Amino acid sequence: MPELDSYRFTKSHEWVCPQGQGEALVGISDHAQSQLGDVIFLELPSVGAHLKAGSRLGAIESVKAASDLYSPASGEVVEVNPALASTPELVNQDPYQAGWLFRLKLEGDLPAELMDAAAYDSYAQSDPH
Amino acid sequence: MSEHVQAVPLDQIHRRLGARMVPFGGYLMPMQYSSIREEHLAVRQRAGIFDVSHMGEVAVRGPGALAYLQRLVTNDLSKLSPGRALYTVMCRDDGGIVDDLLVYQDQEAYLVVINAACHDHDLAWMRAQLPGDEVELDDVSAATCLLAVQGPLALDILAPLAEGVDLAGIRYYHHLAGTVAGVPVRISRTGYTGEDGFELYGPAEAAAQLWEAIQHRGGPLGLLPAGLGARDTLRLEAGLRLYGQDIDETTDPISAGLGWVVKLAKGDFRGRDALQAIASAPPRRFVGLSLDARQIARPHQQLYRNQEPVGVVTSGSFSFTLGHGIAMGSVIPGAEVEGGELEVSLRPELGQWAHATVVPLPFYRRPGS
Repeated sequence: MPELDSYRFTKSHEWVCPQGQGEALVGISDHAQSQLGDVIFLELPSVGAHLKAGSRLGAIESVKAASDLYSPASGEVVEVNPALASTPELVNQDPYQAGWLFRLKLEGDLPAELMDAAAYDSYAQSDPH
Repeated sequence: MSEHVQAVPLDQIHRRLGARMVPFGGYLMPMQYSSIREEHLAVRQRAGIFDVSHMGEVAVRGPGALAYLQRLVTNDLSKLSPGRALYTVMCRDDGGIVDDLLVYQDQEAYLVVINAACHDHDLAWMRAQLPGDEVELDDVSAATCLLAVQGPLALDILAPLAEGVDLAGIRYYHHLAGTVAGVPVRISRTGYTGEDGFELYGPAEAAAQLWEAIQHRGGPLGLLPAGLGARDTLRLEAGLRLYGQDIDETTDPISAGLGWVVKLAKGDFRGRDALQAIASAPPRRFVGLSLDARQIARPHQQLYRNQEPVGVVTSGSFSFTLGHGIAMGSVIPGAEVEGGELEVSLRPELGQWAHATVVPLPFYRRPGS
């Protein structure tokens, strides 16, 4: 597992990781990919889309089910992971790095209610999903 | 419905291999070991081994056995001889399907193989129609393990482990008694994946011995353990029905595209009159659907043609072999025309749709078949 000190997590199992210069990557947690199973399709926002923290941004579909995605932070989408259209299984194989979903140019601070890795871990263990 | 689930004989082995276990048909079964995609592709390219010991097996013996079974099932069992098997359904008087099953003929008896989820119901159904002393039913499910080895390398993997039988000589839907890895088994050239392969029926207490020997021999050749997840994506590509999804007591075999297992001319059987009437004008048709996207159409999703409702998805998943969504569905007469363009309502609350084209089944045929 890569080092997750700079990752912050939502209750809906997305993560946001600041990259410097006001940008951050967004993805889903290892717990989430494990619950979902084999990812086969992602419905992601287009470059230029403005997202609000907590709003629905798209969906991730696995063999098991389609699951909505919610933005961990507010910002403008500046890049979408180009590998996922042909190799969505990257989300399962490497959810914190190669399986990143999109890059945000952040607007404002990260929401205060985001959890660090340790807090998210406890939360995920007790999650009914 | 009871929540009680039983462990299968290989429970500890599945857990040691890292399987995610799920309740299915009254048993805790491995859904996947690594990933459904890896296991699916292993079966298509090399081989996979499935524990399907949850299936039910019922031996049928006695001088009246053939006549009894002929009245019970829709297919014509006079086509059987010792060493052959066939696929059929058994129906209610209204033509609704009680279960789909395999019937094997052996020297001394018939063996009926039924779905795990239908076990208790099927046994009660079968017992209620026993004519008397001349037929005896013996439920051997708990005493029997069933392992399926499927894929182009299945023969290469099993042949060196087999004694007393030439596996290569067993033709499709034929079976023989033999020994594999020192275990006495019935070896059947059947499967639920659309690949070449074998199903091994053996004593439950020898399940681990069989599994370990096959894994030991097959592992270096790329054999992977495969679970229910891959079993479903593989059978869907092969156009095979799943009881409880594509067929159930509210569907008749003709409307489900299984008219080929209904032999109206063979003599009387349960449901014959109803099926005769249905055959002249089946109320529903069964279709294969190829989605033009990577998305999945799921059971119960509605199908439309030119914005008119025409039917419903019965099974759907992602085809790892073809790279797009595939589904099977039940539609009104007229909507089954090949090449027809339909729309699937994926998520009505979001107004999300997928285009689907009606295609012939199966979606996948193994090379050389």
